[in-house]
Amino acid sequence: MMKTWKLTVAVVMTGAGLLGAPLVLAPQAAYADTVVRVAEAAAPAASGHAASGGQANAQDHGAAEGNTVDAHAVHFPPFDATTFPSQLLWLAITFGLLYLLMSRVTLPRIGRILEERHDRIADDLEEANKHKAESQAAQVAYEKALTEARAKANAIAGETRDRLSADSEANRKALEADLNGKLAAAEQRIAATKTDAMSHVRGIAVDTTATIVSTLIGTTAPKADIEKAVDVALAANEPA
Amino acid sequence: MTVDPIHQFEIKRFVDLLNVSGVQFSFTNAAVFMFGIVAIVFLFLTYATRGRTLVPGRAQSVAEMSYEFIAKMVRDSAGSQGMVFFPFVFTLFTFVLVANVVGLIPYTFTVTAHLVVTAALALLVIGTVIVYGFFKHGTHFLHLFVPSGVPGFLLPFLVVIEVVSFLSRPISLSLRLFANMLAGHIALKVFAFFVVGLASAGVVGWFGATLPFFMIVALTALELLVAVLQAYVFAVLTSIYLNDAIHPGH
Repeated sequence: MMKTWKLTVAVVMTGAGLLGAPLVLAPQAAYADTVVRVAEAAAPAASGHAASGGQANAQDHGAAEGNTVDAHAVHFPPFDATTFPSQLLWLAITFGLLYLLMSRVTLPRIGRILEERHDRIADDLEEANKHKAESQAAQVAYEKALTEARAKANAIAGETRDRLSADSEANRKALEADLNGKLAAAEQRIAATKTDAMSHVRGIAVDTTATIVSTLIGTTAPKADIEKAVDVALAANEPA
Repeated sequence: MTVDPIHQFEIKRFVDLLNVSGVQFSFTNAAVFMFGIVAIVFLFLTYATRGRTLVPGRAQSVAEMSYEFIAKMVRDSAGSQGMVFFPFVFTLFTFVLVANVVGLIPYTFTVTAHLVVTAALALLVIGTVIVYGFFKHGTHFLHLFVPSGVPGFLLPFLVVIEVVSFLSRPISLSLRLFANMLAGHIALKVFAFFVVGLASAGVVGWFGATLPFFMIVALTALELLVAVLQAYVFAVLTSIYLNDAIHPGH
């Protein structure tokens, strides 16, 4: 940036140097010329009202100005005051026209385009956010459903397990009860058989004792004594 | 061909329109170029935004970027209240920019190389500041010239300085643009005359003429930069000055 300014200054100074002479000379020349012209214009104007009228005056004046431009061909145009009214007039007209066109037509038009784009982007963002919220809600609902299904499955599994174990327990108990009943019946039968057998043992012992006694001593011993002795012996051998 | 680097600034009277007591109004080449500037700016921006597309093309991007560029400039300098002047600053910027750039094309006329034009634009800016300042703030606008928090004995000097700096604004604003345009175009024309002068001096001159020719190429690039920069500077300073009309307190 500094370099640009330095260059610009250099260019300006070059220009100023080149222009030095015309700048100094032109305004003075123009001034002198204006004085002459005003003096020239004033003289006919004074008499013009009396005699020749405005139109001839204007023509004279135009001719005088035309000559002036030719005579001072070396002047510096930007400082030529005779061009100022025209420049200002057209500048006012064109600048005003441009301002009207810009402020009424073009700038609202560009502004509307920018606003529409801005609105469109905002709308799209809003919609995207809406979709995002929807998808998040869907995800939450899915996770909830998943959790519920899992809980339900667990409940069903637990219930089934409980029911099955209860069933098997009942079966086992029934079976055990059955087996216990059969065992008890068998034990009863064994005991009855044993008792029966034991009752036969006493009769056999009495008979055997009587035979042995009669064989040994040649006479029969009274049955009552034998039975008594057998009972004593049985009682002695009775397992404790 | 005579060496006359200021011939390019000549105002040519095409049609003399009316003469009000010695003041001549004419249709001139300057008027042609002023209308040309208006046409270029308006037609380009209208053409650029013809599609009003959501995704802008190149021309529409240029139009939108210039819009947002000036809008940001005005908002940054003069605040959101300053946006009432956005069309004004935009018009100034585009007018000066197109005038400067069009003037770089050979054989064209540079509207902004005339002091009366730049002075009128600068006075328009300062006039807007003064009128809007008084219209909006009344006499409070004069606080612009009274810095706050200054010891009493310094105040008169500072007020004088502030007034002088305020009054010098239109002068610097108009002279800066005018001098840049004028000097740049004269420099270009002088180097162009060197090319012609050397080339007419025989075979050796042809080689010699390449030097100022390359100088012209470089100067044209520089002048393009200056043309854009000066339009930017004019618009930025306008925004800053308008800020005083909107917020006159220091």
